[in-house]
Amino acid sequence: MAYKRQVDRLPIVPADAKEFNVTCHYCIVGCGYKAYTWPMNKQGGTAPEQNKFGVDLSEQQFQDSAAWYAPSMYNIVKQDGKDVHLVVKPDENCVVNSGLGSIRGARMAENRPSRVTGTQLQRLSDPQVWRNGTWQPTSWDDALDLVARVTAQVVTEGSEDDLVVSMFDHGGSAGGYENTWGTGKLYFDSMKVKNCRIHNRPAYNSEVHSTRDMGVGELNNSYSDYEITDTIFMIGANSMETQTNLYLNHMVPGLQNGAKFIMVDPRRTVTVHSSEQWAGKENVLHLAINEGTDMALFIAILTHIVDQGWTDDDFIAASAFQDGEAVAQDSAHPASLGSLDHAMQDCRTSLEQAAEICGVPVADIRQAAEWIAKPHDDGSRRKCATAYEKGIIWGNDNYRTIGALVNIALATGNVGREGGGVCRLGGHQEGYYRPNESHVGRPAEYVDQFLIRGLGGVHHIWACDHHKTTLNAAEFKRAHKRRADMVKDAIDAAAGGTREQVVDAIVSAVNAGGLFVVDMDIIHTQIGQNAHVILPACESNEMNLTSMNGERRLRLSERYMDPYGNSRPDCLIAAGIAQHMERVLRDMGQDAYADQFQGYDWETEEDAFMDGFHQGNPEVTYERLRAAGNNGVQEPVTGYENGQLVGSERLYADGSFDRHGREDGKALFCAAGWRGWQAPGKAREKAAHKYWINNVRANIFWQNQFLDQKNEFVQDRFPYPFIEMNPDDMVEESLNPGDLIEIINDNGVTQGMAYPTATAKRGQVAMVFGSPAGSQGNVINPGVNELVLPNYKHCWGDIRKISNATHETAGITFKSKEVTL
Amino acid sequence: MKCNRLVDAGRRQFLRGGLGATAGAAASVVMGTSEAKAQAALARVDYPANRLANVADLAVNEAMDVAYPDADSPGVLLKLGQAVEGGVGPDGDIVAFSILCPHKGWYLSYNGEDRTFNCPGHHSRFDAEAGGQQVWGHATNNLPQFVLRVDDAGDIYAEGVDELIYGRLSNTL
Repeated sequence: MAYKRQVDRLPIVPADAKEFNVTCHYCIVGCGYKAYTWPMNKQGGTAPEQNKFGVDLSEQQFQDSAAWYAPSMYNIVKQDGKDVHLVVKPDENCVVNSGLGSIRGARMAENRPSRVTGTQLQRLSDPQVWRNGTWQPTSWDDALDLVARVTAQVVTEGSEDDLVVSMFDHGGSAGGYENTWGTGKLYFDSMKVKNCRIHNRPAYNSEVHSTRDMGVGELNNSYSDYEITDTIFMIGANSMETQTNLYLNHMVPGLQNGAKFIMVDPRRTVTVHSSEQWAGKENVLHLAINEGTDMALFIAILTHIVDQGWTDDDFIAASAFQDGEAVAQDSAHPASLGSLDHAMQDCRTSLEQAAEICGVPVADIRQAAEWIAKPHDDGSRRKCATAYEKGIIWGNDNYRTIGALVNIALATGNVGREGGGVCRLGGHQEGYYRPNESHVGRPAEYVDQFLIRGLGGVHHIWACDHHKTTLNAAEFKRAHKRRADMVKDAIDAAAGGTREQVVDAIVSAVNAGGLFVVDMDIIHTQIGQNAHVILPACESNEMNLTSMNGERRLRLSERYMDPYGNSRPDCLIAAGIAQHMERVLRDMGQDAYADQFQGYDWETEEDAFMDGFHQGNPEVTYERLRAAGNNGVQEPVTGYENGQLVGSERLYADGSFDRHGREDGKALFCAAGWRGWQAPGKAREKAAHKYWINNVRANIFWQNQFLDQKNEFVQDRFPYPFIEMNPDDMVEESLNPGDLIEIINDNGVTQGMAYPTATAKRGQVAMVFGSPAGSQGNVINPGVNELVLPNYKHCWGDIRKISNATHETAGITFKSKEVTL
Repeated sequence: MKCNRLVDAGRRQFLRGGLGATAGAAASVVMGTSEAKAQAALARVDYPANRLANVADLAVNEAMDVAYPDADSPGVLLKLGQAVEGGVGPDGDIVAFSILCPHKGWYLSYNGEDRTFNCPGHHSRFDAEAGGQQVWGHATNNLPQFVLRVDDAGDIYAEGVDELIYGRLSNTL
């Protein structure tokens, strides 16, 4: 039976409630919300003057009302030490979402920790240290002292290369400019750590090297461009689910204004189906290509555009490199870069060749090329907004594939212009501000393999749960646990010893191949099971936090409640580690090294912001961002005039491209030659197994479900990770809806629940990514590209039934996700 | 031992409360007879029992428009043809739901083919056979279901709602 909250009324926000700007801390879109708080012993009334909305709440409110909030938008939280009512609801005045809430963001209030209502009590409240066979709560000083002593001893006896760091680089959640700066200053300024990786991939690298090398930063348009374009060209993305209000509030108006919609995705998603409802089937082209063949499609489309003379020659002459090869292919560049003519030598591919490789009709590829580039009858150019995400970022041959796509946008002059853009759609918000990281190198170290090989002695983990989200996860988990257990055993054996004796025992275990693990997070994670020290962090709105969204819209999401228990902003945790490192190193007689850990006398997250982001963007302060509200300002910020920050609606409006750092400002084309499966082991695995295991997202879950795993509304809907299967495949495997199944291959095993999906192709299943109840990473091989970008998307396996539907899965709905109007 | 500590805590609490009470008492003396008296109120809304239809009025899989708990809260009454959890009537198959989408309050339409409620606004959909569970969509609640009772004469009464109805902060206005 469906989960019901049994709420029959909610406290009314009084007219004098406090009001805060909130940017949703989940996806890249960053919808605007308003938070309202007021004392427990007060409440608003139904009369207009008694409530925040100024309307008569004794009457039914109608469609799209700003004066209603769902039970998920209400909670009781601590503010300045006192319990207060909290409502967090979508902001109708925010240009990003115009009052729309997503199934993720509209649960922000409910997903706050509350000792009163009992929500999210999984949140970490105190530092914990592994002692006496378990994690014992302790003080910050005690925990940080242990972290600093072990870290300092290991890096001084060996080198900073023995410190491995996994750290988020994103905005929103517990990321943002404050926290990326705090961690970045610690590891890239005070230290020069190179064995580090980012939250969702096994190295410290860009996900989109090629577009940057071509001069085109990956977030270059404005969401409004989708409203006025002629064609939306989407690849490997599912925006109705994962950038919901970008799709609903900007792309749908574009479709309603007559835009064509092209989707490249082997799977028919709800985005395809919904686009057909809004635009009409005749205006939607779904290119359901064979998995991993996107590049062949792109280079054929480019070839057709070139051969038909649909290129924007004026744009190319003014803005693109003209003289053959500019950058040679080498170990840091998986393809050469240069002029369009240079690129075409490798890109030239006929429609027929692409149709053969991609498994879609020639006519459809030709149609796509026409919708992208064939001029209007009056001779004017078509506008095309290109949007891509994990389907190719985590797909086959990342560098060349993204390069091949950006080629199309450059060749048709669709960058830096209204209705154009060639952008990744994004996952989290962005919020990266760190010291120079060039010492990391390119290609960067494959950190997961580094750890698996027994290298490194200390592992600092900042809000990353590799156990749920890395590739080759089964092997990684085994190695990480074995090494961490060596240190746990050493700590247990040293019970009763002095701090010095315990540190010596830990370092001895590290020298014998063990791994000392420090985990900074908001909850106890799966990788946190291996931790020896756990440090509790807080999230945005428990601290002030700045981030930018997918159109570079910078906002300050304000603190409206206290951090849970003794948790702290990550930037202040990093400062604490630095301060303890300085003290410990001085005690060790390492004064010069200790001096490197000065400069962390921050008392608040604003201090970290001023020390970092503000230094590079002197116009931007908390006060000015607060005044800019939920509409903020689009980066880069170029000034402050008439009491307002001045931003940039889109990048490259002047036709000059600089993301590659070239002084000539010329964009480069990518010589993206098709070479089949790029990553090792993929072709062999495909040949050996029956099913392609696609790795997909769902709107209801935020990333690896770190909060949603304790949200009853969410877990009631999908108690196990769904695995969408064609009903005929289910019959063949003797499966009923909700049956628990295993996916097996040489890399490992994972599990989930069969979800019949009529639109799924035979032999292709779609498993939701990052689930705590079944990590798809277990069955993904370690294959990466030359720059250590993982190919998560291509994985093949066999399917075996574990059991009939359980009590949890038997009661849920298994109907189609596609709306029927 | 634990008990004693609790007693101690209670005593401290009492003392703290006592100080407050003293101040309150002083205030009440000043206020005299004008002291406000709190109104007694119930913890839950008081739902009316409204007759929606008779079992004989329903045809299988044909949605009947109803309203509950008042005329401004539209819903539908459905006989599904097979027993479902929460279903009432002789066949255990009669259910009723609000048809305002809990996302943004758009009117849902009923699709008899797969027995779902569908939103034209943003494409959310809810399963009539699974307690109004959201199959896919943007709402953060499942669809409010009306609590039904059938009497000996076959009259169907709505007597409650299991979720907050869109557009009202109290299910009864």
